[in-house]
Amino acid sequence: MSTTYTGPLPVPTPESRPFWDAAKQHRLSLPYCESCKRSFFYPRPFCPFCFGEDVSWRDSCGRGTLITFVINHRPPRSFPNQDPLVIGIVELAEGPRLMSQIVGVEPSPDHVVCDMPVEVVFDDVTAEVTLPKFRPTNRATPL
Amino acid sequence: MSGASSATMPLRARAAIVGVGESDQIGRLADKSAQQLHMEAARNALADAGLGPGDVDAVFTSGRNMANEVPEYLGIKPRFVGGTQVGGCSFLVHVEHAMAAIAAGVCSVALITHGESGYSRIGMPRQRWGDDSVNNQFEIPYGAGGPVIGYGLAATRHMHEYGTTSEQLAEVAVAARAWATLNPRAFSRNPLSIGDVLSSRLIAWPLHLLDCCLVTDAGGAVVLTSAERSRDLPAKPIYVLGAGTSLTHQMVSQMPNFDRWDAAERSGAAAFAMAGVSPRDIDVAEIYDAFTIVPLLALEALGFCGRGESGAFVTGGRIAPGGEFPMNTNGGGLSYTHTGMYGIFLIVEAVRQLRGQSGDAQVNGAELALCHGTGGEWSSAATLILSTHD
Repeated sequence: MSTTYTGPLPVPTPESRPFWDAAKQHRLSLPYCESCKRSFFYPRPFCPFCFGEDVSWRDSCGRGTLITFVINHRPPRSFPNQDPLVIGIVELAEGPRLMSQIVGVEPSPDHVVCDMPVEVVFDDVTAEVTLPKFRPTNRATPL
Repeated sequence: MSGASSATMPLRARAAIVGVGESDQIGRLADKSAQQLHMEAARNALADAGLGPGDVDAVFTSGRNMANEVPEYLGIKPRFVGGTQVGGCSFLVHVEHAMAAIAAGVCSVALITHGESGYSRIGMPRQRWGDDSVNNQFEIPYGAGGPVIGYGLAATRHMHEYGTTSEQLAEVAVAARAWATLNPRAFSRNPLSIGDVLSSRLIAWPLHLLDCCLVTDAGGAVVLTSAERSRDLPAKPIYVLGAGTSLTHQMVSQMPNFDRWDAAERSGAAAFAMAGVSPRDIDVAEIYDAFTIVPLLALEALGFCGRGESGAFVTGGRIAPGGEFPMNTNGGGLSYTHTGMYGIFLIVEAVRQLRGQSGDAQVNGAELALCHGTGGEWSSAATLILSTHD
C-alpha cells in the first residue's frame, strides 16, 4: 500500500511539523494557547485569538462532529482510485475545525449527515505520511 | 436617496464609472493570451470613456502574476497601482480603493483591468499554491481539488439547516440561462430546465455540473474618475454610492459559519450604509454566481430576504427575465462567461443596465444597481452600489 499511494501529500513547514509527526504516531495533536486556554487549528507559533506566543501541543480526544460535507464525485486525477470521496469539516471536541475525509461509510447523503458524531482514524498512506481521517461513531463526544 | 452625508461617508459618490468594456471576443480563445485579453478590455473601456492610455494615472489589476505585469504590457506608467488579490471579487475591492485614491487626490483616472485565459491557459501560471502551503497540507490531501468543494460545503449545511432543495439551487442556473438567451455575447444560450440541471452529472454532491460556472477566456475593464471630471466625458456617469469589503478566512475549513455568509453580511452592510439606501431600493442585482449556492447565501447576507429564505425567494422565475427581482442580467458566470475571476463583469453589466445599454435584457428604468462578489471559497466578499444619480 505504502509504495503505491499516488495522492497529494502534505509538505510540512517548521510550524506544522509537530502536527504531522504526531499523526505518524497516530496522535491528533493540536496547538494550545496557554494564555487563553484553548486549542486552535491550523498550527501557528502564536494564538490567532489573543496573539499570545505561549503555545504548547496537546493531543485531541479525536472525537467531534461533522459540521458539513460534500461527496466529491471527481477526485483529483492523482488519487489512488476514483471512487466518490466524502470530504467534510469536523469540529473537534476541543473546538477547532479542520477539513478531512470521512471514511468507513457509504459515500451517500443517505448515510452521511450533518451533525453526526465522528472519530479520528489514522491512514498511513506512505511510510512517511499519515493522514488523520474520520469515521462515524456511536461514542458520545466529551465536552 | 439620502441619509449619508459627505462628512460621515467621505467616499460616497465622489467617483464615477465612465467606461466599461470586455475583450473583443469571449469564450474559448486559443489564439489569445491572458495579457492580450487585458489589453483588449482596457482599450475598449477607455474608448467607451472617451479616454486613451495616456490619460490613465492609476492601474488596478489582479491575477496570479505581479501587478506590474499588466501596466508594462499596456505601456502605461502609473503613479498609483493596486494589485489586491483576494479572489474573483478583487475588482470590486479595486473600485473601493480607486474611490479612496481619487477622493484623496492621488490619482485622476483609474483603469481596473482583468484578463484571464481560464480555459485555454495561455500566459497563465500553472500552480495556485506552494507545496508546503496550508492549503496543500490541510485540504488538498483529502481530495479537495477545487472551489466546488468549498462552495458545496455551504450548500450542504444550508440544505440541512433550512431545507433548501436542489430544485431551488437549479432555479439560479435556469434563470441565468434565460437571461443569457437575451445576451448575444453569452457563451451558453440554449434553453435550460430545472430537470436538465438535476440530471447533469454530480460534481460534488449536492452540486451538479450545471450548478457550476463556465470556464472561459475573456477580459473586462472599468474606468473611474472623479465625479467632477466624469461630467465632461461622453458617457453618462455612473456614481459609486457605496462600497464594502470583508475577509474572514482563506481556507474554507476556517469559514466562521456554513449556513450563512459572514463576510457578505459585513461588506453589504458597509456598502448600504455608505450609499444611504436599503435593499428594497435596488433595481437590478449582479451577484457572483460561481455556483448556484453563492447567490442564495448572498441574497440572505445582503438583506434581500431573511435567513433561510433564499431558496423560496428565487423560486418560480422571480430572478429570471420578467421576474420581480432581476438578477445576473448578462447570464452570469453560469451562462455568460466565467474566466476564473469573474468579478469585473458584474460591474460591466451593472453599468450597462444603468446606462440603458443592456439591449434585450434591459431592466426598464434601472437607476440603482448592486454588485456583489465572492473571492476564494467564501473567503472575501465585496459589495458595490452604483447609481445614475449622485
